[in-house]
Amino acid sequence: MEISFVVEQLLNGFQLGVLLFLLAAGLTLVFGIMDLVNLAHGSIYMIGAFFAATMTLALDSFILGIVIALPMTLILGMVLEVLALRTLYARGHMDQVLATFGLILFLNELVRIIWGPAGLAIPLPLFLDGSVSLPLGIVYPTYRMFIILIGIIVALGLYYLVSKTRLGMLIRAGASNRTMVGALGINIRFLFTAVFGLGAMLAGLAGMLIAPINQAQIGMGEDILILAFVVIVIGGIGSIRGAFIAAILAGVIDTMGRAFLDVLLLALLPANAAEAAGPALSSMLIYFLMAVVLIFRPQGLFPARNG
Amino acid sequence: MLSVNSVEASYEDSQALFGMSFDVGTSEFVTLLGRNGMGKTTTIRSIMGILPVTSGKIYFEEREITNLASFRIAQAGIGLVPEGRQIFPNLTVRENLIATAVRPSDVKQAWTIDRIIELFPILYERLNNMGGQLSGGEQQMLAIGRALMTNPRLLILDEATEGLAPKVRSEIWSCLKTLRQEAQAILVIDKNIETLIEIADRHYIVEKGSVVWSGTSTQLRENKHLQKKYLGV
Repeated sequence: MEISFVVEQLLNGFQLGVLLFLLAAGLTLVFGIMDLVNLAHGSIYMIGAFFAATMTLALDSFILGIVIALPMTLILGMVLEVLALRTLYARGHMDQVLATFGLILFLNELVRIIWGPAGLAIPLPLFLDGSVSLPLGIVYPTYRMFIILIGIIVALGLYYLVSKTRLGMLIRAGASNRTMVGALGINIRFLFTAVFGLGAMLAGLAGMLIAPINQAQIGMGEDILILAFVVIVIGGIGSIRGAFIAAILAGVIDTMGRAFLDVLLLALLPANAAEAAGPALSSMLIYFLMAVVLIFRPQGLFPARNG
Repeated sequence: MLSVNSVEASYEDSQALFGMSFDVGTSEFVTLLGRNGMGKTTTIRSIMGILPVTSGKIYFEEREITNLASFRIAQAGIGLVPEGRQIFPNLTVRENLIATAVRPSDVKQAWTIDRIIELFPILYERLNNMGGQLSGGEQQMLAIGRALMTNPRLLILDEATEGLAPKVRSEIWSCLKTLRQEAQAILVIDKNIETLIEIADRHYIVEKGSVVWSGTSTQLRENKHLQKKYLGV
């Protein structure tokens, strides 16, 4: 096994982790602060991809498409929060699950009506459609490096927002005691709307970044949403730092498992058994990680309420 | 300044306030006294818009605040130090003080972190500690500091010294005396009758969700029967 292949898979895992982080960051803020289980978060990821694809095709510029699609997703998130989700805060989690599941069906149908059932493919921008040479003779796709770079920039920006700004203090305070935040003069409803909009924009950004690779398609958010929920449970609900570390862990473990688990199993099992068990076990690895974390740290690696 | 008129409030089907009425004047130090479960905290929750008022009216500086959103009531100029402190455990002491701070332009001497430190010097050493790492007394000082940083015209303290060591209690009382000298209007709930008689202007005794007696500190001090009947002294 060549070291360059291992590093390449590590980078692939990091890239998947970054996408998971963008999706999980909004989810963990919304769940941690507003105590809202939002299954429709994946639908916003999907609509973000459609917004970016549409704007990219209309303007013939991927970067400009993203720049315009970002505020569109922010506004969509805020409108959804005000019109559909605000009434759910006082309800139990089961009501929230049912209502937001309904929202998934509604948004999928809405996308089908607006964009049709086929999905939208967009080409990679020319300046990102190549490869970069890394040490150890590794050649890695420029666009995947671009995704990793965007993810790191967003993670640093979010870290600054949450840990260094007054808005971040209010977000963290809201995660521990929202009634008290309101009783000290902060419009918690507006704070919730802003946080939801921010989360929607981040989910949308993840969808926008994946659109040139997988194309924008109906239902694309549902599979990755489950992974995002696993990430926030591992990281600690409400914690951005936890979401980042858990997302990278999940991305790397999932990717490395798929690439190398069958090879490792060859040392223990007959060849045909190892080949059969490898893919099945590798898809279970992050759930195994979640189970281990829940046993030893039931509130996740970095529970927000305890700092 | 604050006028609570015939207020009624309920927890689901269980009515807790039955025509609660009292006033707090500008620069006054007023207490709500009574045994546990008589409706004192419920009254504060109703004033702050945390528990809906089902009947009656509440005015602050002649503006009706009944059932306004909690943040609007706080923005109107009421600072709350809640029962159980409820500081933000995942924020540092400094962050607790500045996260919800407000500095109105019409306030001559606004509260700052430096002034809070003057009031509670121990907090200086704790500025970078998480709120959850503080002792109960330090948390209460922080909760008072946090409320003062909103520059309230009326400060409400619910169970101001409950569960605190005697030394810490005397620090809290000393702080309230200082605030009183600075003409800060204060409404306090506490069971420390002797100290409250020393420093407060007027008292209301609450029994089963309504006021059964009101009077000055002198009147309360002299009425031993009243103290025994309603306050268990």
